[in-house]
Amino acid sequence: MGLTSNAQDAFVTFDRVQKSYDGETLVVKDLNLQIGKGEFLTMLGPSGSGKTTCLMMLAGFETATHGEITLDGRPINNIPPHKRGIGMVFQNYALFPHMTVAENLSFPLEVRKIGKSDREAKIKRALDMVQMGSFAGRRPSQLSGGQQQRIALARALVFEPELVLMDEPLGALDKQLRETLQFEITNLAHELGITVVYVTHDQTEALTMSDRVAVFDDGRIQQLDAPDTLYEEPKNSFVAQFIGENNTLTGVVSKMKGATCEVRLDDGEIIDAVPVNVSQVGERTQVSIRPERVEYNPERLTEGAHTIHAEVLEFIYMGDIYRTRLRVAGHDTFVMKTRNAPDQRRLTPGEKIEIGWRPQDCRALDA
Amino acid sequence: MTDASAGNASQNAATARREDAARTGPMLAADGRPLKASLNRALRRQKMRALLLIAPLLIFILVTFVAPIIDMLFRSVENQIVSETLPRTVVALDDWDAQDLPSEDVYAALAYDFNEAAERRRHTRLGSRLNYETTGLSSTFRRSGRGIEDVGETYAEQFIDLDEAWEEPETWTALMAHPDWLSAQAEWAAEAEAAGRDFDEPEPAFRLAPGIADVLPETADAYRSFARTIQQEDEDSPTEEEPWNTVYLALYRDLAAQPASAVAAYFGPIAAELAAADAAVDGFETVSLREVFGEMDDAWAEMPMWETIDAFSDPYTAGYFLAAIDLQLTPDGIEAQPEDQRIYILLFQRTIFMSLVITISCVLLGYPIAYLLSNLPARTSNLLLILVLLPFWTSLLVRTSAWKVLLQQEGVINDILVWVGFIADDARLQLINNQTGTIIAMTHILLPFMILPLFSVMKTIPPYYVRAAKSLGATNWTAFWRVYFPQSIPGIGAGCILVFILSIGYYITPELVGGRTGTFISNRIAFHISESLNWGLAAALGSILLALVLVLYWIYDRMVGIDNVKLG
Ligand SMILES: Nc1ncnc2c1ncn2[C@@H]1O[C@H](COP(=O)(O)OP(=O)(O)OP(=O)(O)O)[C@@H](O)[C@H]1O
Ligand SMILES: [Mg+2]
Repeated sequence: MGLTSNAQDAFVTFDRVQKSYDGETLVVKDLNLQIGKGEFLTMLGPSGSGKTTCLMMLAGFETATHGEITLDGRPINNIPPHKRGIGMVFQNYALFPHMTVAENLSFPLEVRKIGKSDREAKIKRALDMVQMGSFAGRRPSQLSGGQQQRIALARALVFEPELVLMDEPLGALDKQLRETLQFEITNLAHELGITVVYVTHDQTEALTMSDRVAVFDDGRIQQLDAPDTLYEEPKNSFVAQFIGENNTLTGVVSKMKGATCEVRLDDGEIIDAVPVNVSQVGERTQVSIRPERVEYNPERLTEGAHTIHAEVLEFIYMGDIYRTRLRVAGHDTFVMKTRNAPDQRRLTPGEKIEIGWRPQDCRALDA
Repeated sequence: MTDASAGNASQNAATARREDAARTGPMLAADGRPLKASLNRALRRQKMRALLLIAPLLIFILVTFVAPIIDMLFRSVENQIVSETLPRTVVALDDWDAQDLPSEDVYAALAYDFNEAAERRRHTRLGSRLNYETTGLSSTFRRSGRGIEDVGETYAEQFIDLDEAWEEPETWTALMAHPDWLSAQAEWAAEAEAAGRDFDEPEPAFRLAPGIADVLPETADAYRSFARTIQQEDEDSPTEEEPWNTVYLALYRDLAAQPASAVAAYFGPIAAELAAADAAVDGFETVSLREVFGEMDDAWAEMPMWETIDAFSDPYTAGYFLAAIDLQLTPDGIEAQPEDQRIYILLFQRTIFMSLVITISCVLLGYPIAYLLSNLPARTSNLLLILVLLPFWTSLLVRTSAWKVLLQQEGVINDILVWVGFIADDARLQLINNQTGTIIAMTHILLPFMILPLFSVMKTIPPYYVRAAKSLGATNWTAFWRVYFPQSIPGIGAGCILVFILSIGYYITPELVGGRTGTFISNRIAFHISESLNWGLAAALGSILLALVLVLYWIYDRMVGIDNVKLG
């Protein structure tokens, strides 16, 4: 996607935004973010990390304690909420219970004083878009969760806003429906060219749908990158832990070798790693290796790379992959995932093996 | 081992049998009874237990709520007092044509009835009952209670002149009383003598001699009425009392009406005296009972009295209901009350109108408060809610009296208005003892009943609906009016029902601050219950009020839907 975001073409900017509800603790600390036009940006983070708060500030329902949010170059606080033209899908849908589906969709059009025939056409188009054309006469309470979700989506899009905010819209749905709707939402967003700010707990959702993902923790953006970068090159141990499955080993940097370094683990073994958050010998570090990048077959290991002893504790057959739990450097939770391929063999518990990885797959992060 | 397997075998057989039965007959439970029966039994036990648990409340409600309502409905049509107090008159009036004053027979029946009623001191009650229908009857009855003693005196004197024996109680008891009763009464008298002062055994109830009612029907009836009455009311013995004058009247009427042969065929005690009297009555000086009664009080010789008695002689009457809607029952059918006596329709209209005004004021004042309360942080809103409930902690009387202080012409509000210069000192507003006063005070008193349901409904409306509306482009007002308000309607409905029903039956406040123009129908009901003692009319008014509320409730259900009412 490669959307570089410089302040000039940014559609939405958060500039050193802080937010406190009670005057004692900062829920959002120093938030800087630029969102380009047409971008699909996801805010991902654990519960209570301030995602909804950011969204509410952007929608204008909360005011920033400090800093400035601009929308299309104008400070958001100078535009009243109903003039912002932001479509919003609430975590709990917020469909008006006393109105039918059609009336719900008609509402934003009516308040914009759009003529009746025009209105009907738009409603029909929006409903067809989410494949809910035949539900126009129903009340929200007569719809299933997934259907309500789609109506909420249609309502947020029917008045053709330039920016759509979605707060965990798929949180309550089953896996299958989630996946279908994820697909529908991304498609729609790209088709209509709208800018989307999407909030979720679910990292898979974040990785599959977004152009860029902002990982939130503790009121800060820990990392803001495209999904692949985020996964492969986490910038700190929080992101590494939070995104995908991850093995961590702790140790001390023993040698810096330019682009790589050596780390002495707590039990004395030496491994290769890429220094990310470490710069000096003697620094404590957490190294992180993705389970699918761990190899035990010597033929697949890079020449000259360090290997390390491991004992097989558990072997799980998962169809497309094998998942092996190992004891490595005193850690019992080290996981290795291998593809179910003809040249792979099934390990047996108790077996002693040597494992290794390409140095660039092993990242030495902050301790 | 063998035992066990044998047991198993027989058990298996039993199971098989049971399964067979299940296939062919009804399903059986483990103990072999039909499954349905055991299920019913189990359910019945459950139901009984539930019933027992709610029994105290059920009984309480039946006794304190349902029973009084039924009693009220009954009282509003009940009218047994006329037929109970004047039973003979009512029967005699049956074939009265209502064209002219009734016959002597009716007056004679009235004399017997009235004499008993006066002795039992029931005539004034009947008088006040009939006074509701025709004013003035109450005093007629009271006056006649004193005069009734003399009715029939002419005949009594003539009988006694004829034979001194007619003055003697023994003559009468010999003629009238059953021998068994006589001996029982003598026994009682002896016991009473022996026991002295504190003897409280009741007298044996008087019984007529066999056959005497055939010979002297009216006399027997009149004498029994006399005997029973003095036994019960005065605890005197008929054997020692000279009968009332009306008994002599009855004797005269019997003897005058009977053919001589009937008396001649009588061979019981006192036959000789009776025969002599029979021979003499034809020469008796007679009087017209109508005139006698007319002398006692003119009303007895006038039509309205008789029309009223006739109209209300049925044990059940629509009269109270008619009165409650400003109509009256006349011999010519149902008619409107005279103009100056029509008050109830006006009062009903006023009650409904003012209740509506009060309800609307409560909505207008209560809605913003409830809205504020439901949108404040919990701690503040709880504090404010206590303030809303604060009035409940002070007595209703105190609150209402406070309004008197505030609203009177020399009161705080008028003073302030004069001081500010809105009104001139000599044009102070009349804020109390009229409708304004009632509306202000009752709105204040009933406001919590509006705020509480509104608050509890608004509390359940999540804030994100309004946010959603705003994000969809609605202004504050549109978001409120199209999204918030419709969802708060159930609260408005519940509050309105509460306030309206409470105010339609309110009594104390209108009584205290309503003056003449601000009173409700309930004040009139209270008046009839505690002052005029016309309970029948009070019950009819109450029943109409009840019906009115039910009708309004029904209309409300039709328009808004009762499911749309939420109390919390
Ligand atoms: N109205 C409020 N008043 C006070 N504190 C609040 C309020 N709303 C949120 N918070 C606090 O702010 C912090 C961030 O909340 P926020 O709703 O933004 O989290 P989130 O990232 O959306 O979490 P989740 O994923 O669970 O929805 C939380 O600690 C929360 O307790
Ligand atoms: Mg949230």
